[in-house]
Amino acid sequence: MKSKEPEPKILVFSTNSISDPGIDLAGSAHMHYSTAVQVIPLPCSSGVKPSWIVHAIEKGFDGVFVAGCGGDCAFLSDCTPRTSAVIKQAQELMKENGISPKRLKMSGLCSVCADNFVAHMNNFQAELRKLAENE
Amino acid sequence: MNTGKRRIGVFICHCGGNISDYVDVARVAEAVAEEPGVVVSKNHMFTCSDSAQQEMIDDIREQKLDGLVIASCSPKLHMFTFRGMAERGGINQYQYVHVNLREQCSWAHTNDKTGATEKGIALVRAGIAKAALSTPLTALRVDTTPKVLVIGAGISGLRAALALSDMGLSVFVVENQKEAGGAVKNWGRMGPDNQLGRDIVRKLLDEVNTRENIMLYTDAEMVEKSGYIGDFKVTLRIGGNETVNLQVGAMIVATGFDPYEPKEGEFGYGLDGVVTLPQFRDAADGQEGPLEYNGKPVKNVVFIYCVGSRQKKSAACPAPNAYCSRYCCNAGTHMALCLEDRPGDLNQYHLYRDIRTYGHNETIYEEARNRGAVFMKYADDDAPTVEKTADGLVVKVKDQLLGGEEVEIPADLVILVTGMVPRKNETLMNLLKLPVSKDGFLNEIHIKLRPVETVIDGVFIAGSAQSPKTMAESVGSALAAVSKAGGLLMKGYVDLEPLVAKVNTDKCQWCDACLKACPYGAIERTSCDGKEVALVIQSLCKGEGACVPVCPYGAIDVEGYTDEQITAMIDACSREVVSA
Repeated sequence: MKSKEPEPKILVFSTNSISDPGIDLAGSAHMHYSTAVQVIPLPCSSGVKPSWIVHAIEKGFDGVFVAGCGGDCAFLSDCTPRTSAVIKQAQELMKENGISPKRLKMSGLCSVCADNFVAHMNNFQAELRKLAENE
Repeated sequence: MNTGKRRIGVFICHCGGNISDYVDVARVAEAVAEEPGVVVSKNHMFTCSDSAQQEMIDDIREQKLDGLVIASCSPKLHMFTFRGMAERGGINQYQYVHVNLREQCSWAHTNDKTGATEKGIALVRAGIAKAALSTPLTALRVDTTPKVLVIGAGISGLRAALALSDMGLSVFVVENQKEAGGAVKNWGRMGPDNQLGRDIVRKLLDEVNTRENIMLYTDAEMVEKSGYIGDFKVTLRIGGNETVNLQVGAMIVATGFDPYEPKEGEFGYGLDGVVTLPQFRDAADGQEGPLEYNGKPVKNVVFIYCVGSRQKKSAACPAPNAYCSRYCCNAGTHMALCLEDRPGDLNQYHLYRDIRTYGHNETIYEEARNRGAVFMKYADDDAPTVEKTADGLVVKVKDQLLGGEEVEIPADLVILVTGMVPRKNETLMNLLKLPVSKDGFLNEIHIKLRPVETVIDGVFIAGSAQSPKTMAESVGSALAAVSKAGGLLMKGYVDLEPLVAKVNTDKCQWCDACLKACPYGAIERTSCDGKEVALVIQSLCKGEGACVPVCPYGAIDVEGYTDEQITAMIDACSREVVSA
């Protein structure tokens, strides 16, 4: 009794006070997105470990989306460059492990960015499908 | 890992039908019952209800649970409810894990019950994996010092100092100018009630001087700061050489604003007869009789609004002030009344983009129009121009209310109604490490719900240092900051969230990467069993985890989000859900 066709699985790293409320808002508004999207909340996007991203792909997620705190970060005024540095490090690690860096996406997501979140998930799934066809 | 030895209780909420209409909650409870460590897995109609909480507490006690997972609404709603319940039942609150099954599952997938149920199972599994690796943590209890440092002796700082003094707290006020009183100290008539700014300041200062528990330092600045919420140690330098050491439990930053200084040529700024509203006010306040400028009578005055506010990015303005400065429309229209009150025959033209005289100030705008001030609306992208001609200054404006027809106004005086800009306070900002917003003003934690608190616990913000404010708004925020500081210090102690960084001293090789990554000065070098390692000062650590990915040895974790926990969560939520 599987639900429909299998869809690309996405793991989202959200952050407690910025993007997680935005993702909550998408749910509160009953905006539909794929059930293959799962969220693990963290305190801040600057604290995502590259090894977690690689681990998620190895464990069967098709893509990892890091929802950056962006300029709203309550901890770090330079959260975005720090998060970008983590992403860059993660992309290197992905290449070393034979994983396409296209499976990782980062974008700032604010606490009311419900539409953006759903659009990001839909687009990312479309890209991951294309990637699967080409690989 | 000793997950097999754990005794975890899992409770899945129906939330009436908010979850159970779209997620088969009974199936979720059944599917996770066999997860390692789980000894109880149940459903409740409303986990937040008193009766359900009592039943869960009974389960905690009877089953001797040492971990708890509740899958319900967003943690923003009930995480603290269930943390409290865990403690009442006898489990450490940090061994409770909240799973967001409503906002991030049932409500987002009302069209796919099978898929939502499978996702729900995966989310709860991840929660269980996290709970299985949870450890009891103790909030860090710190005694507080019943003294407050107020930075800035303007309206906000002085009003805050008096209110703190009323509470019986000792107050130190530090002002970097030679004279206390801030921006308002030399002002004359102010809207909306025509009190003199200098009188208001003098009254506050007179009152401050009578208080034995307020110490005011002028010509002074903070040069050193250490410590944390409840126990800050601060050094002030006074008059350039003398220093004073203070110990305070909280700080209120009320450093005010700077008036916007137009660029040369901006609306004719730099030409004789083109001044800013603050410059004009200072000059006009000292005059009596018909208005004069540079000894010559003034017949035509043109005000141009929104100077330095609501700017759009352009080549000429690469870093625009996008915000509205809130006070300028009120100040400009009030100045119209002050000018109408003078003897003599004066024509005044107010060129605006939008008039924002909200609340009671609307009556001032109305009175100004009724008494003869002419208001003309110019388009955002078609601003007035100011030129010097042989006959004097000429202002050209396309009045939108006249269908965009260009009007030329000969002006004896052009007043630029300038906004507020953030004050540059580099030394102070480096010491306090307060984040600023995109606009450069000090940032609160939450603009609506936590408007005077900052990410630095124990440091509050007040007045126009935070954003452009009117005087009434500044005082309101100052008193809000006082109530937060007072609430903190009157209790005598503070409990800090222990979800902060920790160092694995076996793995740490001291390379200072974490020290460099930490903006809060929470990392120190220490020695442990004869080797140099990093030490986290828990009370300074904010737990955001910036140090975690930079550690080349994987030696740093944030409590509640450890490498082991996140990895186990990924393992758990990536496992295929076997269909029933």
